[in-house]
Amino acid sequence: MNTLRELRVGHRAIVASIETGTIVGQRLLALGIVPGTRLSVTKVAPLGDPIAIEFNGCHVSLRRDEAEGVFIKEETGSAL
Amino acid sequence: MLNENKPITIGVVGNPNTGKTSLFNCLTGLRQRVGNYPGITVERKLGTAFLGEQAVTLIDLPGTYSMAANSPDEEVVLDVLCGEMSLEQPVDLVLCVVDTSNLQRNLFLATQIADLGLPMVIALNMWDEAENRGMQIDVTQLSLNLGIPCIPTDAKRNAGLDELKNALKDAIQNKPKLNSLVWPNSVNQATEFLKKELGNSAPKDEARLRRILFDVDSILLRRIKMDAGAKKEIVQNARKVLMNDGLNPLAAEALLQYKHVGLMLEGIERSAVIRNRRTESIDRILMHRGWGLIVFMGLMYLVFQAVYSWSGPFMDLIDGSIGWLQDTAARPLESMPMLQSLVSDGIIGGIGAFLIFLPQILILFFFVSLLEDSGYMARAAFLMDKLFRWCGLNGKSFVPMLSSYACAIPGIMAARTIENPKARLATVLISPLISCSARLPVYILFIGAFIEPRYGAWWAGFTLFAMHLLGLLLSFPISWVLTRFILKTASSPFVLELPPYRAPKLGNVFNRMYLRGMDFLKTAGTIIFAMTILIWATLYFPRPESIEQETRASFIEEEASQKQISVNELETLLDDEGSEQGAALREKLTLTTETRYIEQSYLGQTGKFLQPIFEPAGYDWRVTLGIVSSFPAREVIISTMGIIYRLGDVDEKSDGLRDAMAKQVWQEGPRKGTPIFTIPMVLGLLVFFALCQQCAATIGVIAQEIGWKWALFSFTYMTILAWVGAVATYQIGMLFVS
Ligand SMILES: Nc1nc2c(ncn2[C@@H]2O[C@H](COP(=O)(O)OP(=O)(O)OP(=O)(O)O)[C@@H](O)[C@H]2O)c(=O)[nH]1
Repeated sequence: MNTLRELRVGHRAIVASIETGTIVGQRLLALGIVPGTRLSVTKVAPLGDPIAIEFNGCHVSLRRDEAEGVFIKEETGSAL
Repeated sequence: MLNENKPITIGVVGNPNTGKTSLFNCLTGLRQRVGNYPGITVERKLGTAFLGEQAVTLIDLPGTYSMAANSPDEEVVLDVLCGEMSLEQPVDLVLCVVDTSNLQRNLFLATQIADLGLPMVIALNMWDEAENRGMQIDVTQLSLNLGIPCIPTDAKRNAGLDELKNALKDAIQNKPKLNSLVWPNSVNQATEFLKKELGNSAPKDEARLRRILFDVDSILLRRIKMDAGAKKEIVQNARKVLMNDGLNPLAAEALLQYKHVGLMLEGIERSAVIRNRRTESIDRILMHRGWGLIVFMGLMYLVFQAVYSWSGPFMDLIDGSIGWLQDTAARPLESMPMLQSLVSDGIIGGIGAFLIFLPQILILFFFVSLLEDSGYMARAAFLMDKLFRWCGLNGKSFVPMLSSYACAIPGIMAARTIENPKARLATVLISPLISCSARLPVYILFIGAFIEPRYGAWWAGFTLFAMHLLGLLLSFPISWVLTRFILKTASSPFVLELPPYRAPKLGNVFNRMYLRGMDFLKTAGTIIFAMTILIWATLYFPRPESIEQETRASFIEEEASQKQISVNELETLLDDEGSEQGAALREKLTLTTETRYIEQSYLGQTGKFLQPIFEPAGYDWRVTLGIVSSFPAREVIISTMGIIYRLGDVDEKSDGLRDAMAKQVWQEGPRKGTPIFTIPMVLGLLVFFALCQQCAATIGVIAQEIGWKWALFSFTYMTILAWVGAVATYQIGMLFVS
């Protein structure tokens, strides 16, 4: 399955599952990135990492390694 | 139940950036006390609020997203709310501050806190923002659904405060509880199992047992005194109960609570999600690959200029006033030299030693508050993160490291803005390596005396630049080693919220500057003052009375033989008040006596004792003495050298001092007759000053921020590093020279 790491800027996806058992996974769940949440990648930092995502009207930045634990189903069509 | 003597304590909690501190300031005004929780870098902030006649204590707790405590900040929240923090009264009531535009996420934390059984009032803060975004929220229905009072507030414009105070006052009597989730049976079975198996040191209440059950690497579990393997197995078995019920134990809480919150919010918010267009358009520039970096550089240049240059006049003023005070206080004490020196050099000098840093601290915190409250700091961290993270730091290390180019002290204090405890610790430990402005005069002295005359302005400039880069370049690999092998603190993820841009409230900014300034004066100030007195004593004592006569006698003998006149003739000359020659001689004698005093002092004796250690760097005992005497404050080397070479008052640009250094030759040993200040030796000396922690105030501030253990560690590692650098430069350089 795809992970948030591979999602390109401007693309939308629905969260399928989160890798649990890690502190990052726990933090993402606490922020409300639960399965079923729609999110999109809005920005990539100048050096290629971290990325910024938007979900439920919140903007959050996270590192690509951390995004690896978010499994997604990409939606077709651009978010912007 | 209601004990009239015990004041009511209200814990103020909430997600970061919800305006918690603003609301706390609105409710308490200036009736605030700040400090630290002992042993950890977490700010402790208490205030008194009046609910009508009734005075209550408010605790401003660090912002957190969840009760799963993964950092010292979050542990404090958990401990205070559970009544486990010995310093605080158990909390009677919780004021949960939420961002109205983000109810769902904010209420997740509220449900977790309610799970602990605490009564709660909710402040729907940033109400104005939600309204501007076109959100419509039925507050009455929301309060009904949640089962607790929800009060719209705008901490920016002080709106809704009376209603909030009334609600808090009522809540103290009524103890309203949030409609919490009814846990599935399997969860109850699992906590029951934990209670039975984990033994006596385990918490007895269901709520905390649930934390152990749900949280990855729970702090509560770590505290239980039991074999680690056995603990792990018990928790795994408890989690199996959930798994058999079809629940993922490590996601169950979030899934169930978010569903529960979703149900309570049904029909409350009319519009689903309304994006913040304004923030998004600003971010199109500020987070842009090109423009974003340009704006960032510009802002950072401004911050640096402010800390570096704007503080100048204030520092001069403090310096001048302290100098005047020292002279004024010294005059009436002429007859008691020991007391005179203690009062003027020790006590007044000690006060000056920490006051001098206040302007830079206040200016930096002015900007740090603006950057944080406006929401920009998170963007800066986003832009810079990649540069820093390979060595265990993160994007938020930028501002502390940048400020350290002016002075490590405000820089170290600014490291508090770093949420990740490991990166915070590492940033504090490497900041003193960055070349601060106090090193500049030392560089100028040695480069101006030895590099420039021989190699010209270009190489002088290059050397100066290299010295400024050296510490920075070393700080990254050192941080890498520290975070990988030495620091045992757990690291926390870099999941960072990018809050909407908001116009900062100036009152909050000044409040923060004031509190940080007071904190510095009280904690680090005391340490720096005490260290200054101690250093004064090591420079003053033992001071045997015989020194003055001995020096005079040997001085007369020496001068007489040099001038080829008799001792008696010289003595007459020395005592001749009228002649110019006599005045010159007397000044020379004073300087010689001063040098003798430095030599005999405990610090001077240490210098002589340490001479063999600095021998491989090419230093004679005079240079070593200069180095040792500059450990309290690096720039002191210049005045010490002035005294040692009998020149009196000098600064980094004095030709006299430059000439004197150039003329120094080895008096004995294999290099007898050759100059001491060779190019390799000077370069090594520069490296030494670039890398060494010769600053008592920095040690004091590190002790304040992360404890004495780390302060000593930082001093030790930097001294060793500086020594190795100086010796290596000298030894390698000598290979080229000879
Ligand atoms: N528009 C608006 N802005 C607010 C309100 N309350 C606070 N702010 C602003 O929001 C920003 C953050 O406020 P803080 O009080 O520092 O937030 P906090 O929750 O204490 O943040 P942390 O200390 O980082 O957890 C500041 O710029 C405030 O001026 C409000 O009700 N409305």
